[in-house]
Amino acid sequence: MTPLPERGDRAVTPLLEITDLTVRFGPVRAVDGVSLRLAGGPFGLGLVGESGSGKSTIGRAVLRLVPTAGGHIRFEGKDVAALRGPALAGYRRAAQIVFQDPDNSLDPRIRVGASVAEPLIAHRIVARQLAAGRACELLAEVGLGPEFAGRYPHQLSGGQRQRVAIARALGVQPRLLVLDEPTSALDVKAQARILALIARLRADRNLAYLLITHNLGIVSELCEQTAVLYLGRVVESGATSELLSAPAHPYTRALRSAVPEIDVAARSARVVLPGEPPDATSPPPGCVFHPRCPLAVDRCATEVPALRTVRPARLVACHRAEEVLAEESTGAGQALGPSRPAGRPGWPPRVSRRPGPAPAGSGDAPRR
Amino acid sequence: MIEAPSTLPTGGARLPRGQALRRGLAANPLLVAGGLLSALIVLMALLAPLLAPFPGDAGSATHPFLVLRPPSAQHWFGTDNVGRDVYSRVLYGARISPLIAVVVLAISCAVGIPLGVAAGYFGGWLDEVIMRVTDIFLAFPPLLLALALAAVLPASITTVIIVIALTWWPWYTRLIRGQAASVAGRPYIDGCRALGISRRRIIFRHILPNSITPLIIQVSLDVGGVILTVSALSFLGLGAQDPTPDWGLMVAEGQNYFLTSWWVVTFPGIAILVTAFAFTLLGDGLRDLMDPKRIFLR
Amino acid sequence: MRLRITGLQVRFGERRVVDLAELAIAEAEIVGLAGESGSGKSMTTLAVLGLAHTVGARVDGSVRLDGAELTGLSQREMREVRGRRIAAIFQSPALAFSPVFRVGSVVHRALRLHGMTRTEAAAAAQRAMRQVLLPPALLDRYPSQLSGGQLQRVAIALALALRAEVLLADEPTSALDVTVQAEVLELLRDLRDREGMSVLFISHDLAVVAELCDRVAIMQDGRIVEQGPTSRVVTAPASSYTAELLAAVPRLGAGGGR
Repeated sequence: MTPLPERGDRAVTPLLEITDLTVRFGPVRAVDGVSLRLAGGPFGLGLVGESGSGKSTIGRAVLRLVPTAGGHIRFEGKDVAALRGPALAGYRRAAQIVFQDPDNSLDPRIRVGASVAEPLIAHRIVARQLAAGRACELLAEVGLGPEFAGRYPHQLSGGQRQRVAIARALGVQPRLLVLDEPTSALDVKAQARILALIARLRADRNLAYLLITHNLGIVSELCEQTAVLYLGRVVESGATSELLSAPAHPYTRALRSAVPEIDVAARSARVVLPGEPPDATSPPPGCVFHPRCPLAVDRCATEVPALRTVRPARLVACHRAEEVLAEESTGAGQALGPSRPAGRPGWPPRVSRRPGPAPAGSGDAPRR
Repeated sequence: MIEAPSTLPTGGARLPRGQALRRGLAANPLLVAGGLLSALIVLMALLAPLLAPFPGDAGSATHPFLVLRPPSAQHWFGTDNVGRDVYSRVLYGARISPLIAVVVLAISCAVGIPLGVAAGYFGGWLDEVIMRVTDIFLAFPPLLLALALAAVLPASITTVIIVIALTWWPWYTRLIRGQAASVAGRPYIDGCRALGISRRRIIFRHILPNSITPLIIQVSLDVGGVILTVSALSFLGLGAQDPTPDWGLMVAEGQNYFLTSWWVVTFPGIAILVTAFAFTLLGDGLRDLMDPKRIFLR
Repeated sequence: MRLRITGLQVRFGERRVVDLAELAIAEAEIVGLAGESGSGKSMTTLAVLGLAHTVGARVDGSVRLDGAELTGLSQREMREVRGRRIAAIFQSPALAFSPVFRVGSVVHRALRLHGMTRTEAAAAAQRAMRQVLLPPALLDRYPSQLSGGQLQRVAIALALALRAEVLLADEPTSALDVTVQAEVLELLRDLRDREGMSVLFISHDLAVVAELCDRVAIMQDGRIVEQGPTSRVVTAPASSYTAELLAAVPRLGAGGGR
């Protein structure tokens, strides 16, 4: 359960609560027992992971776009899957999603203004005659002038299309926004503009959002809490700043070290993970990460690590989490143990036996 | 992917309607050519009684002394095996063959499109059921079905229309189903669902317009195909009957005289060709017109 | 300088999309070409490879490889150069491999086309696969059976097997997960250090460019607005555009939300 920030003396009731969510696509468990909590706005929860981690599936499950095989999703206390009729319509306005692919997130045959106005008309938020005006206001809110209303999506750049998609989602006044890789398809300046827009909307509209991404750089700016996913499971979660400065899971550490940094000083030793993310149809036994883990021991191949609290408000699923944390505080960014050559087949692995945490200095010299 | 940068003009205000229309037409020569030609054919059909020098020849008139005359000043397209003016018959034929084709295609679309969209959008068992029914109908060769029905129904234009439509609609169902299924999987449809937009609105406003383009082209190409199928059935004696000036029937009847009197077959044949061509151009032009990427603003 | 580009102009009709005054890559050097989408980076790759005409563009200027001029060469002569002396990898590695052929057969055919015998080609392919840290058995797979990262590495292996002197890498890691990207970048560094390859690394991601490249050139609207050693450009940009791009890169260290 992602810990929630304390406000005052009482814990805040979650806006969105995901409990033990399981989503299956055929034999594959895309999401396997994930639990998360999101507070009311302004609040950002980052969902970080690479391909196959299930992060996008979770976002879509929240919006009832994929059927779930287990667990519950509760919005303001009510089970989302059980909603019908007016309650469902209400939910459709309260929670919205912005997709990753700006090329296909808008109907290419409909002008931008009409696309933004469509949900307003469908939900009777404004009278039909006023919808166009309201659409222009929404476009202005995302930084696009009224001249964009008459254009077709293909006449806009990727960043502009993404902003239109956001404007379309905002029209229904959502309280929860799921952003599925909002910047992955954009170049660096467009990306910065979108992130600034999200920050501004968060403040102006008291928005709570689930920011799904593989880029740790953007969660650090926009999310109070972050959960790291690997093969459908949460491997670590906690306050973003702490998670990034002192990761407790080897995967989080590898992920963070893999992010390219401009500041030389901010770069940590590169932990190069061998192999590829495993095949989801036959996940490894025990800890799903152990074939690629530089810290794996015998126990990791047999026993699934439970998600447990290692620090106040920090959950980790790793048998050796304390050692990872200890390493972080001793040598900044020393790779634990010899770094493996890339390219070993991911599974089945050769599990190395380590007597205990490697003393600082026995590993390779920092890469940078 | 390396792509050439777009050379389309972007931005700019919208032009006044008339100017935009003229610009659009100027940029769309296919549409203009196809449209004009099709309009010409329609005009021919409507004004046949006025244009035909021998309107009676389109009916049951016979002229035993004018049999198989080559094209001349009096008979521009010559005369056929019972002395009828081919030109007049071709003109009147414009009322028959294209009309049959339009009716057949309209029926096929009316049946095929809803079934295809339903199968593509909803998927699951509905998709299976519709596609199996479609497969059954696809298995019927038109001629075989026509022969079977000829045993029970009188040979006429109506029979021909029914027969061809029965064998034509499954192609459209298949075509639309594939498109609809593809469109239904795109993120903007998910976005519509997430926004709570009703299913009906999604289908009519988003799925249908985005799936229909290949169908338009196919329909325009099929005009020629239907006319030829009608003439095949007419040849077998299952469709229009003499003296109806159906182009296909004229070709079928004139075959025996082709080597000596080429004009009996050639002119109706050219009429079929030109009609098919006109509608194909029209279809291409419509497709381009409907493509938002070719919209011109300033 | 192994590859020297001077006065390169690429035009679509009247519109000029690339106007490079000077860009050079030495042996054992990684030079980055950074800029936003639409700045002309990809067209530069096409122009160097002599493929700009395939998208309807016209090329003027000079591209010299080891002193020899490439722009005037016929298509047949350019075919000798492409792959053999200048290799290229692109953003979507799947595009480089036809889905109906096994990956190994594509590699073999390329090697045979450039003059190797069957045994030489087989040996070179195996050696190259090991250099990119992939088991040579993967050559027997179809592209659909390999991940993006693996395909990209096979593409690099092909460049290695051909002993190309220059590698043009056009957004090679943009479509890859960040941990896989780290592996590919590591591999590129290896190529520079062990094989002495010259690499032109094109990307919109300034952080990657800053980490990987020895020198960097910033492109805006087809022109290079700034060029120099990475450490200098990144810490003390001379152009305001460079400063803007640098400011736009999200930093890991920045706060944990408000």
